[in-house]
Amino acid sequence: MKSFQQAKWPEPVIFEIGSKGRRGYSLPVLDGNLRSMLNDRYSIPENLKRKADPDLPELSEVEVARHFIRLSQMNFGVDNGFYPLGSCTMKYNPKMNDAIAALDEVRWIHPYQPEDTLQGMLKIMYKLASWLAEITGMSRFSLQPAAGANGEFTGTLMIRAYHAFNGELEQRREIIIPDSAHGTNPASASMAGFDVVIVPTDENGCVDVEALKEAVSPRTAGLMLTNPNTLGIFENKILEIEKIVHEAGGLLYYDGANLNAILGKTRPGDMGFDIVHLNLHKTFSTPHGGGGPGAGPVGVKKHLEDFLPVPLVEFDGERYYLDYDVPHTIGKIKGFYGNFEVLIRAFAYILSMGAEGLEKIAEISVLNANYLASRLSKIRGFHIPYGKDRPVKHEFVLSCSRLKSETGISAKDVAKRMLDYGVHAPTVYFPLIVKEALMIEPTETEPIEEMDKFIEVLTSISKEAYNDPEKILTAPHNTSVSLVDEVKASHPRTLCLSWRMYKKRIEKLH
Amino acid sequence: MFNRYIPNATEENRKKLEKTIGIENVKALFSDIPQEIRLKKPLRIPGPLSELDVRRKTEEILKKNHSIKELTSFLGGGIWPHHVPAVVDEVSSRSEFLTSYTPYQPEISQGILQALFEYQSMICELLDMDVANCSMYDWATSLGEAARMAARVTQRSKFIIPHFISPERLGVLKVYAEPAGIEVIEVNQDLQTGQIDLEDLKEKVSKDAAGVYIENPSYLGFLIDSPEAIAEIVHDAGGLFIVGVDPTSLGVLRPPGNYEADIAIGEGQPLGNYMNGGGPLLGIFACKDEKSLVRQMPGRIVGMTTTRDGKDRAFCLVLQTREQHIRRHKATSNICTNEALCALRAAVYMSLLGRKGFRELGEIILSRTYYAIKMLSEIEDVRVPFFETYHFKEFTVNFDGTSKSLQEIKRELLKHGIVGGKPLIREFPELGQTTLLCVTEMHTLQDIERLHRSLKDILEA
Repeated sequence: MKSFQQAKWPEPVIFEIGSKGRRGYSLPVLDGNLRSMLNDRYSIPENLKRKADPDLPELSEVEVARHFIRLSQMNFGVDNGFYPLGSCTMKYNPKMNDAIAALDEVRWIHPYQPEDTLQGMLKIMYKLASWLAEITGMSRFSLQPAAGANGEFTGTLMIRAYHAFNGELEQRREIIIPDSAHGTNPASASMAGFDVVIVPTDENGCVDVEALKEAVSPRTAGLMLTNPNTLGIFENKILEIEKIVHEAGGLLYYDGANLNAILGKTRPGDMGFDIVHLNLHKTFSTPHGGGGPGAGPVGVKKHLEDFLPVPLVEFDGERYYLDYDVPHTIGKIKGFYGNFEVLIRAFAYILSMGAEGLEKIAEISVLNANYLASRLSKIRGFHIPYGKDRPVKHEFVLSCSRLKSETGISAKDVAKRMLDYGVHAPTVYFPLIVKEALMIEPTETEPIEEMDKFIEVLTSISKEAYNDPEKILTAPHNTSVSLVDEVKASHPRTLCLSWRMYKKRIEKLH
Repeated sequence: MFNRYIPNATEENRKKLEKTIGIENVKALFSDIPQEIRLKKPLRIPGPLSELDVRRKTEEILKKNHSIKELTSFLGGGIWPHHVPAVVDEVSSRSEFLTSYTPYQPEISQGILQALFEYQSMICELLDMDVANCSMYDWATSLGEAARMAARVTQRSKFIIPHFISPERLGVLKVYAEPAGIEVIEVNQDLQTGQIDLEDLKEKVSKDAAGVYIENPSYLGFLIDSPEAIAEIVHDAGGLFIVGVDPTSLGVLRPPGNYEADIAIGEGQPLGNYMNGGGPLLGIFACKDEKSLVRQMPGRIVGMTTTRDGKDRAFCLVLQTREQHIRRHKATSNICTNEALCALRAAVYMSLLGRKGFRELGEIILSRTYYAIKMLSEIEDVRVPFFETYHFKEFTVNFDGTSKSLQEIKRELLKHGIVGGKPLIREFPELGQTTLLCVTEMHTLQDIERLHRSLKDILEA
């Protein structure tokens, strides 16, 4: 197999480059009269003046540009290659959406401008919210949350507000979450003040319905569910689940991290969910930026509209406006109205796709996942513990537990070795219920040829594991750096979280 | 049919995939979705459109936005117009950064990891703190998280804030605090000078205050001149001192670490990020290097380490046992996706300004602020600033002495192509007909003079 080699620059930390007196940015000249004013009666009081300049580097523009361009070459994005990171939906991010987000009418608008001067933004937000409602089968959306977890917090707060409104919050303290759920679900439930009750997964990879029946009670506030779940399996007893939770007086929350597979096929609203959050930086193709920004809009059914965060965008037939008149609103979940620069990309994406394009996303992402699942599960040492006799959806969880017991090579080892071939590793050790898990999500934007290369990579790693495991154990070899010492990184004695901490430690040593 | 973003949508590709899996048609893969919930008719959304048509349609809608390139805007209040050097756009548009996920595999993600470590490090220098995370969503959510962190660290449940605070931050704080059982209490501020009432503070900081929060400069632009005294009061009572800042002020103003802040937060948007109609923004979150604090921090943190063989310096995410994907319901916060790209932009911006640039930026903003205050105070019956103290970047203008209402003035100014600040009447009725104005390095003296002339015309008409 042809190998890959990532760039490796011997690039110092920015504090180690430059020279005294250099600057990469010049400001307009300060008018002489104004300068004297500064020194005069308008100057700030002595005890509020900064005495020593911040200890920042001193660099010219060229040095700054080179430094960060070199760093960029030591990074890996979807534009570099295959990125099958399960549950993260790392699909291609259309460039036109970036171009639109860079327009002056997006960048240079202030959220407090009079509404008459923001009609374009408000219209886009209004339309996007209504399209998301149609796509998910919900009644109304708030675009305010900044990310999926921020959306989940919004949702769990609405569950709280709903039960408080009905006078049942004292009693309804529990949120039920399957053991296959994303870690954010229990964290979000807990942030909203709920206790978490875990329900197990049955042998088919779905919520154990009998266990759910046992788990619900008058204490149940709601259920958080991902469907298809993190094993990539569609919860086909969803209507039964819905009935159990609703009859117990709980609400159903849909974690939309995994919406890609069902676009145009089925809708959370039709499954009976009361609240939905979506990750626009996943299903709706906005770039993830090395960790953000994202957007995590939240949609609800009619009976929960009055609890949504403020403001909502409204239309009176002539003009768009911000509506703060939401009777039982939970309040504000982040400053201002939402990550507009992200929202507009999703707007453009949906327009590009239309209804037929969205359905095509579901079909091809699922087709790609099943193609990979059927081929990868035939490789020695790997198998798919859940969902053997039924199709997976957009992702699946491959286990290398056999490889581990036969060769000692773990999921982490496999992941590190993959990097040597210029593909990003899948999500590893998640969900927790699968041993030596490799969670793989190809998305709809990978051509067959890329997937075939990936199959070849895993085949080759399997052979290595049985014949020459050393090569894997010392991986990665072709990335900017070799295996990073993550234990040392978090150890109290060697923990280094800023250049300042580093310098202090060096001083101590001498 | 081909789809420009979906390579395998061609009939040939689709058939090949179907054949390998052993199905007749892709529809079979959805057969486990119960009949009752299958979508029976197509979604009612527009499209599909060609790239050209999407662009045309979106641009046409956007024409109804009036950017501050066409208007002269004096709006601030938590999001401010600042020049963005071209290098910032160049770096943040690099695909390797833009299209990467959170760096879970450090060996192939050293670029973003090092850049975020540098962001954390430079924020620490600017704020005079030891540790910063690599971003929260915005200043408001940083405040919400700071209150929750203070409550965890001190095991107490009262959080004290200034009376004059942004409605965005207050709103978010309340939402974050309530389910954690945190009571948010306002401390009085002098209506003449804006200063915190220290006697009132002492009374409210009883034994159960988890933290005291102040902002410098405050939401209304004035400075709090006794930060040490406040620090002493809260520390004597065993609470944490939390300070919110506008980072562009820190070349001229004392940094929070310099007056004993335990946690420092702020809005990083002015560091190389556009206003974007309100988002994305950049929540700054930093603290002192104390184990009890660092272990309770929310959000991702990048650390510097080495490779396992010890040959190279390397970077990776650290202290992940605080986070949701490991700790689940016991996590310090549920945040995962943050504002990494905005932090990267801030890193580039801070590198460009460097040691001396922040002082110069601060001085130019200060001088513009004073010029604006001086010009506007020449107008009869206008009180500028409302608070008789020092200001940075923002200040209040009161029109109670004139015959016009804020709404009228706002409307009239807009006819002159000017957005004249943020009316405060709904937030702080006690300030009367007062508006909040902002000037930065982007406002020329001519802009300020034009505002002066227009206001004069309107008020004297």
